[in-house]
Amino acid sequence: MSRAITSGGSPGGRTSSGTRASEFRALGLTDSEYELILVLLDRHPNDVELAMFSLMWSEHCSYKHSKRLLRRLPTEGRHVLMGPGENAGAVDVGGGLAVAFKVESHNHPSAVEPFQGAATGVGGILRDVFAVGARPIAILDSLRFGEPAASERSRYLLERAVAGIGHYGNSIGVPTVGGEIYFDESYEQNCLINAMCLGLARHERLIRSAAVGPGNVLVLLGALTGRDGIGGASVLASAEFGENDADKRPSVQIGDPFTEKKVMECCLELLDRDLLASLQDLGAAGLTSAASEMASKGGLGLDLDVARVPLREPGMEPFEIMVSESQERMLCVVTPELVDEVAAVCERWEVLCTAIGEVADHGRLRLFDGEEMVGDLPVAALVDECPMYELEPAPPDMPLYPPPPARLGGRESPRELLLALLASADLASRRPVFEQYDCIVGSRTVRRPDEADAAVLELPGGAALAISIDGNGRRVACDPRAGAAEAVYECSANLACVGAEPLGLTNCLNFGNPEKPHVAWQLVEAVEGLARACEALGVPVVGGNVSLYNEAPDGPILPTPVVGMVGRLPDVARAGRIGFAAEGDAIALVGPYAPSLSGSELAKLRGTAPAGALPVMEPHAVRDAHDQVRDAVRSGALSSAHDISEGGLAVALAESCIAGEIGARLKVGVDSDEVALFGEAPGAAFLVSGPEAVLSTLGRVIGRVGGKALVIPGSLEVAVSELRAAREGGLVQYATSAVWSE
Amino acid sequence: MKFGVVRFPGSCDDVDAVLAAGRVGEAVMLWHGDRDLQGVDAVVVPGGFSYGDYLRPGAIARFAPVMEAVGEFARDGGLVLGICNGFQVLCEAGLLPGALLPNVSLRFVCRQVQVEVMSEYSPFTRACPLGEPLSIPVKHTTGRYYAPDSDPHGCGVRRLADTQILLRYAPGQNPNGSDRDIAGVCNAAGNVFGLMPHPEHAVDPLTGSSDGLWIFESIRAHVADRVAA
Repeated sequence: MSRAITSGGSPGGRTSSGTRASEFRALGLTDSEYELILVLLDRHPNDVELAMFSLMWSEHCSYKHSKRLLRRLPTEGRHVLMGPGENAGAVDVGGGLAVAFKVESHNHPSAVEPFQGAATGVGGILRDVFAVGARPIAILDSLRFGEPAASERSRYLLERAVAGIGHYGNSIGVPTVGGEIYFDESYEQNCLINAMCLGLARHERLIRSAAVGPGNVLVLLGALTGRDGIGGASVLASAEFGENDADKRPSVQIGDPFTEKKVMECCLELLDRDLLASLQDLGAAGLTSAASEMASKGGLGLDLDVARVPLREPGMEPFEIMVSESQERMLCVVTPELVDEVAAVCERWEVLCTAIGEVADHGRLRLFDGEEMVGDLPVAALVDECPMYELEPAPPDMPLYPPPPARLGGRESPRELLLALLASADLASRRPVFEQYDCIVGSRTVRRPDEADAAVLELPGGAALAISIDGNGRRVACDPRAGAAEAVYECSANLACVGAEPLGLTNCLNFGNPEKPHVAWQLVEAVEGLARACEALGVPVVGGNVSLYNEAPDGPILPTPVVGMVGRLPDVARAGRIGFAAEGDAIALVGPYAPSLSGSELAKLRGTAPAGALPVMEPHAVRDAHDQVRDAVRSGALSSAHDISEGGLAVALAESCIAGEIGARLKVGVDSDEVALFGEAPGAAFLVSGPEAVLSTLGRVIGRVGGKALVIPGSLEVAVSELRAAREGGLVQYATSAVWSE
Repeated sequence: MKFGVVRFPGSCDDVDAVLAAGRVGEAVMLWHGDRDLQGVDAVVVPGGFSYGDYLRPGAIARFAPVMEAVGEFARDGGLVLGICNGFQVLCEAGLLPGALLPNVSLRFVCRQVQVEVMSEYSPFTRACPLGEPLSIPVKHTTGRYYAPDSDPHGCGVRRLADTQILLRYAPGQNPNGSDRDIAGVCNAAGNVFGLMPHPEHAVDPLTGSSDGLWIFESIRAHVADRVAA
């Protein structure tokens, strides 16, 4: 038997943490947190243990500033199979099938090294999904960068992050079917890379991560463990950026999609053969996090021998092995009699498979280096005892965000405004980006990017999934509560426009430093807005991620809650499209429509700061409108449907004209002031077309499809070809100019 | 009629190819480490990133045990279809002339394109409707076809005959800068065909187009005729 831990020594006087102060502070622990560790262990932790505490108690792993707040979100619903707490949430989609999904951020690594940061963001979210036993079938991304026109760095980050996402997703054979990209100066130092993945599984194949059965074998699958990503969670994700960020580059992991492809196929085959008792991916904080989460959820302990972990380079210290964030690794629990069979499957897939420990009933995480015990911690201390912090929210007493540089003077005609909006970086066609992603592999993609408001994926048996991801930091900056709710409404509208009923959502809360009262206030208000909107629409939150400390010396990012929503439609053949289809079809506005220019794209182009009141939305009226639209799309009577969001009604009409290659004429007498044309009301109103009789019960008919131009009498007349040219050209100049700042 | 679809580690469109071929016949998966082709009538080398393709695409896959069997099968006159990465693998294996170079844009491109069928007699295109371009998606980074016109270095390169060009991108549709708008070529014997567009992703109007089905239908018809003869 191994000897007990002594290296950390006795704590002596519990207040005298001074001797190690520089060590634990460098690892991101506060003095009071260290004091608590001394109380929990009744001794000083040794170096391995200290490193593990620093990661598990980091914001990234412990959610110590947000956990209490997140309890406000509704997590239950009749379709929910797995809620928050697992690697990904899962909902029932009928036919014995489940969809698992989650969105996660990889913001900080991407700001340091955008290609690998974005690539491993995709790799990480894929592992989360196949860790619950689901085959990944779609990826979506929500990206934010600084203004491309003004910033070479932002163009570089855009170019390389997009390349990284494509590199990983394309190579592994999972389609990237949708996403969104917006630009704002506040993201200049803190770009946002949020990746969402969906996977499909039969109900009975879903697997949890909780360790089971003392005596079972702990098996590590996949890549070798190296020195990459050491301390990523604490160094990168839990602190603000400052000077010399290039020094942090060794903390960014390097992705290998080929290895992940093999690990994924191997894990899915192991599950098909029912050879695993539990499964967990290795992400932030590597083995430390994976092992403690598995032990904690199972209410058990683990003995783990770091000497058995296959290493990429010799001479790694036990603490390095425990905190390494090397990618493409999975940890599973296997009953002893099945270990050989597991090894045989792994060998066929050329995946490394190593027994590194076993499940025990002592409730501790005990680490060995061969015979020597190098760490011995109560699992609860690592996972449950991390201090939770109360936020101290206070609304800001002065504007947080400066006005952006004005790009329009204020004397433009509606026609000029529409063309400027379509050509703006935020609203222009995303074709230069989405053409770099494989959107069709898997043979399920029924609606590709730009064809509909949501991506639509065929399910076996004729039904389909619809997925949308939305967030609008400028609107949230105006009013965090109402703006966050708008993101939920917009997703719901997107789903309704393809005929889908929402089943569940995942969110990624991207905010600044929560220790600052005004950021805490944004966070608290946004979560309240999300919660109320979800409750009103009856959509449970099944998982998500929080990314805090997105803050540079000159201030926080725009508060950016990103919502990913998954829905189902019964008949894939009737999935909606945005393009106008036939001459003479009527166009109607449906639902409560209260456009406002606060935080709008037009306000941004005019150089107005994101401030001002957002329209008050009655959630149940929104829900009723979405129900109506969904039913109409499902009836097959409509030829197209499109929600009104960024850029307002005029931009939405233009998008439908461009997609359908046909014009439209609005009726004389329709309100045509700037608020009506360009004001934004996400999720509140729809543009649908079809035989007028169908529409008259749904909403107010405002015009007809036809001709070669978008005509709003008394306001504007623009040829569809001009609309298209403006929209197609807007992003090309930034997305395809090779910008290399290295 | 039985299709065999090769699965390398890193193949991505293997399941799609099985589903597509399964619409006109039986389809089975062939493992890269096996030399047994299970008596199939035609082999599909599918798209993806075989062995990761961190080296030149297809450069490792050509050495896979299954490729020895595919080479013999081709030399015996068996029909071999290489799609995207499969096209790259067949060029690397010397079963098709020429090479695939990085796209002019140096970027991955995923796009629906129109391609023109240049032969109505090939086993791979005989069922295609005459005079109608096919709508089929491409998705690749390394799809610019290149075959030298001459052999200035005396390497024994044979000139690609015009009759070997079975598919061209329609005017204005070339997504990668391919020589002479070439989208797909066959070997001199006509029984091995490689193309960058993905016919297996154009087998259902619901997911974009069903024009790719003509390629699989052509193979089925050819094998049926051969069996009947």
